[in-house]
Amino acid sequence: MTRVLKYVFYDLLRTRFILVYTLFLWFLTFALFQFDSDAGKVVLSLMNVALLVVPLVSVVFTTIHYFNSYEFIELMLAQPIHRRAVFLSEYLGVASSLVMAFLLGVGMPVALFGAGTAGLALVFSGTMLTLVFVSLAFLSSVLTQDKAKAIGVALLFWFYFSLIYDGILLWVVYTFSDYPLEKITLGLVALNPVDLARIILLLQLDISALMGYTGAFYQKFFGSAAGMLFSSLTLLLWVLLPLWAATRIFQKKDL
Amino acid sequence: MISVDQLNKSFGKLRVLNEVSIAWQAGKSYALIGPNGSGKTTLIKAILGLVIPDTGVIRVDDVPVDARGRYRTKIGYMPQIGRYPDNMTIGQLVEMMKSIRPDVAETDEDLLDAFKLYKLFDKRMRTLSGGTRQKVSAALAFLFHPPILILDEPTAGLDPVASEVLKEKIVNEKRKGRLIVITSHILSDLDELTTDLVYLHEGQVQYQNTVEELKRETREARLTKAIATLIRQRELIHSVTPTP
Repeated sequence: MTRVLKYVFYDLLRTRFILVYTLFLWFLTFALFQFDSDAGKVVLSLMNVALLVVPLVSVVFTTIHYFNSYEFIELMLAQPIHRRAVFLSEYLGVASSLVMAFLLGVGMPVALFGAGTAGLALVFSGTMLTLVFVSLAFLSSVLTQDKAKAIGVALLFWFYFSLIYDGILLWVVYTFSDYPLEKITLGLVALNPVDLARIILLLQLDISALMGYTGAFYQKFFGSAAGMLFSSLTLLLWVLLPLWAATRIFQKKDL
Repeated sequence: MISVDQLNKSFGKLRVLNEVSIAWQAGKSYALIGPNGSGKTTLIKAILGLVIPDTGVIRVDDVPVDARGRYRTKIGYMPQIGRYPDNMTIGQLVEMMKSIRPDVAETDEDLLDAFKLYKLFDKRMRTLSGGTRQKVSAALAFLFHPPILILDEPTAGLDPVASEVLKEKIVNEKRKGRLIVITSHILSDLDELTTDLVYLHEGQVQYQNTVEELKRETREARLTKAIATLIRQRELIHSVTPTP
């Protein structure tokens, strides 16, 4: 498996896209640090990149890569290699190169300029979101037969988690505003990896004070070690569950 | 070597393979023919484990086909359209295939030589023409002395010189007692290369016999004519027998 992975990885690093993506993130982060000396504000600006751009790039790149390497996968499956090994190599190849791009593009400047725990939270949530959305994109790729449909489904995941879910959440909160909703919203937030990442990040920044009572409640929960563990594990589940489902489907898929 | 027992496969409502049973033996070479969409490629893909059959059993050397894929060490496969990672060079591709099968000490590099692929070892796959890719596919299929060779349209897209080189190689391998399966629409090629014939039509094995027997039955000296006559006879039978 490591042998296949090596070549998938090598192929991905050669595509100009990963390079362009890395440079884009690097210039953006660097420029933001030049404009503003307050690291907290920079992290806040970068938060939107990590929550919107990173998942979008992850889903689109992953689906395109999957279908571009369809024949390669076919070639590998005609060799004496386990199906699961081929699939997981593809996953690890795509995930690690996107994570590397993010770490080099955002992580490195953040570390250089010293953004503290907020910076750490940013790098952590960006990395986790990359993994989550690569998993979801692989799931949508094995669920569909052609590239256009797969990108459609993958984009739907992105829309859902970035925009639609928040709308539903707001509606729930607004409709049932007479009831104490803290614990319920906490549960609902766990159902959306983007919201989870957003909360982890916001709580590391000063503006969490603006969130009122709910903010204080979240601060108490996510600020504790148990809360951090809970959110990290939930994000990890968001990586592993779609990947597990995708692997199962791939094992029985006709190529 | 390869036995297929009552294989069924449907894609949605379309029944692609219908109760296909086959017993292929070492030392023979089989022509797998049939019109477009008759299920040839699906059958090959099922043997390679790329397509999962609905029902039926496939055995390669008495080992049932499974996801683990150990049995595929015995198979050299040349796909109809070979596409490879764009950014990989031919050299890296060959090296990768070797690293997947580290237990094969001595590789068969005749075709790499004959197609002069060593000169192109630094070329990226993206820059290659369709014919050159086809040459790479052919060289990879023969690389590990596999006892079973499955060639899907091997000569399509090759220039006449390369096509002759490949055919010569296939004949050589045949003499070594390999099991060879070839699908092709270029029937004149098959005449030189195959000993047996399997004719698929709408997912069913319609005819299975030696080439000599077919020629005798149809009273034709050449395979091209013999197959044309066979197909015409079948169509005639189909047109008079009502389909259930």
